[in-house]
Amino acid sequence: MAEKARIRAEAARLRALFEAQGAQGFETSILQPAEVLLDLYGEDIRARAYVTSDALRGEQMLRPDFTVPVVQAHMAYGAEPARYTYAGEVFRRQEDDPDRENEFMQVGYEVFDRENPIDSDAEVFSVIQSALGGARLRAATGDIGILMAAVAGLQTTDARKKALRRHIWHPRRFRALLDRYSGRSPVPAARKALLAAADPFAGGAPEIGLRSRAEVEARIAALKADAAAAPISEREVELLDALLQVRETLPNALEHLRDIAVDMPAIVKAVDRLARRMKALDRRGVDVAALDFEASYGRTSMEYYDGFVFGFYAEGRPDLPAVATGGRYDALTRVLGQGREIPAVGGVVRPGLLLQLEAGQ
Amino acid sequence: MSVKLGVPSKGRLMEKTFEWFGERGVTLSRTGSDREYAGKVEGVEGVELVLLSAGEIPRELAAGRIHLGVTGTDLIREKLGQWDQKVEPLAELGFGHADLIIAVPACWVDVDTLDDLDAAAAAFRERHGFRLRVATKYHRLVREFLRDHGVADYQLVDSQGATEGTVKNETAEAVADITSTGDTLRANHLKILSDALVLKSQATLFRSRVAPVDKAERDTIKELSRVLGVD
Repeated sequence: MAEKARIRAEAARLRALFEAQGAQGFETSILQPAEVLLDLYGEDIRARAYVTSDALRGEQMLRPDFTVPVVQAHMAYGAEPARYTYAGEVFRRQEDDPDRENEFMQVGYEVFDRENPIDSDAEVFSVIQSALGGARLRAATGDIGILMAAVAGLQTTDARKKALRRHIWHPRRFRALLDRYSGRSPVPAARKALLAAADPFAGGAPEIGLRSRAEVEARIAALKADAAAAPISEREVELLDALLQVRETLPNALEHLRDIAVDMPAIVKAVDRLARRMKALDRRGVDVAALDFEASYGRTSMEYYDGFVFGFYAEGRPDLPAVATGGRYDALTRVLGQGREIPAVGGVVRPGLLLQLEAGQ
Repeated sequence: MSVKLGVPSKGRLMEKTFEWFGERGVTLSRTGSDREYAGKVEGVEGVELVLLSAGEIPRELAAGRIHLGVTGTDLIREKLGQWDQKVEPLAELGFGHADLIIAVPACWVDVDTLDDLDAAAAAFRERHGFRLRVATKYHRLVREFLRDHGVADYQLVDSQGATEGTVKNETAEAVADITSTGDTLRANHLKILSDALVLKSQATLFRSRVAPVDKAERDTIKELSRVLGVD
């Protein structure tokens, strides 16, 4: 393990590189108010971040990343367009793997720019890639926007599309919902009985708690409407499965996605964006022919990425976490912007891992 | 040095543990006054009885301060990360049965499965502006379970006792708790989700994998295991 002083020096070097790209330095506290993070990510964040508290300020978190405070600060005071860089420790709970660090340095590069989001994607990727220098890394990319477009274009009810969209980041529940909506999995017996019952409330259980009878009735009505809706067609499920399985070099993936788009016109625009991003990456000197694209990439990460996503991994070291990761998070600016929003994309590098790899090569 | 055996210091769990050892020819007993937490072991040489709160036994085993300990599987799994690398279960003792389950108000006739709970949570959050609250003291186990099953839009609220009452008191919408018969749940107008068995637990004799042992202690553990019939 490279010692702290060397990691700090490496972090400073990376930060200086990002400043040279026009990014202004950003600083934030290690202790962050827990409420914002909990509201954004729900319980999952408690499994990943350290929560502490005192009697005066209540719950606080040791910052699990810089993205949320950067977005908050930008939405409150930022000029447009803006580029930010930061370097500092982040803290992640590790309860299952003692080899994973629970405190490490991150150096980030974030771009808030409305003019040309596609080019901003390419900029962040190429700036991060060149900062990583000569380390032998495999780059993986994906695009959550294509999945979101595919879900939005399904020939089914809005309620189903909304439920599927909500679970894009939970692949297992997404699959269960899709199986249910397409009739691949049977309707559970209890639900059948509920829908067939003359009076679902015949059991006479007393009404307790905040969730009211009206809410229960609304859900029963929604279930009835769902039961009456036609199943999502086998053809559409097959197309979605084919889409989720796309995993090739970027140019091949693009061709494959264009084939799928012939039968799935809803993704045409999103696939066009991918094509333009590929060109933008190429213009910036990225070897796109060697770049991997996985349609499912980024689905199991925290759910703020909603467009382009990428990660850099050490070749032959599947035991190590990603050396750098990033992506587009427009929706996060909307949630934190209180009525305002701005396209935003960024990435982070772990200088400690970078040094470790350089020492090993 | 002697082998340290940690046993719950009071109540039914202590009595049943004493009984279980007694039936196998190892007599555990408390010594001194009723209030003094001291005890002795007869039937095997070199074993020292350590009376502890059942909730502290996982930590003591993981720290290697006791060699053997009796506690619930639920507590081991909740309190220890990588539990199976820190302790080894030697024998299930056949009592202290309890299931960690998720329960919702019986009046939620539309909710029977985790799938329903997830859908109800999404609608609840939209309507009430905060995430559906699940009261529990088993934060880790419940969070992992719900995450693995892709349930979103809920939050855990801490409840160290009288958890079944939290729904009526409107401090939670659902509970995740240990139950053996379900009577308390029913009495509080709650019902168990049909597919949300988080963990089946019972009192179990564990061996610490990290407690240092010399040759004499290793022999003592072997002998005790033989006498108890758990080797």
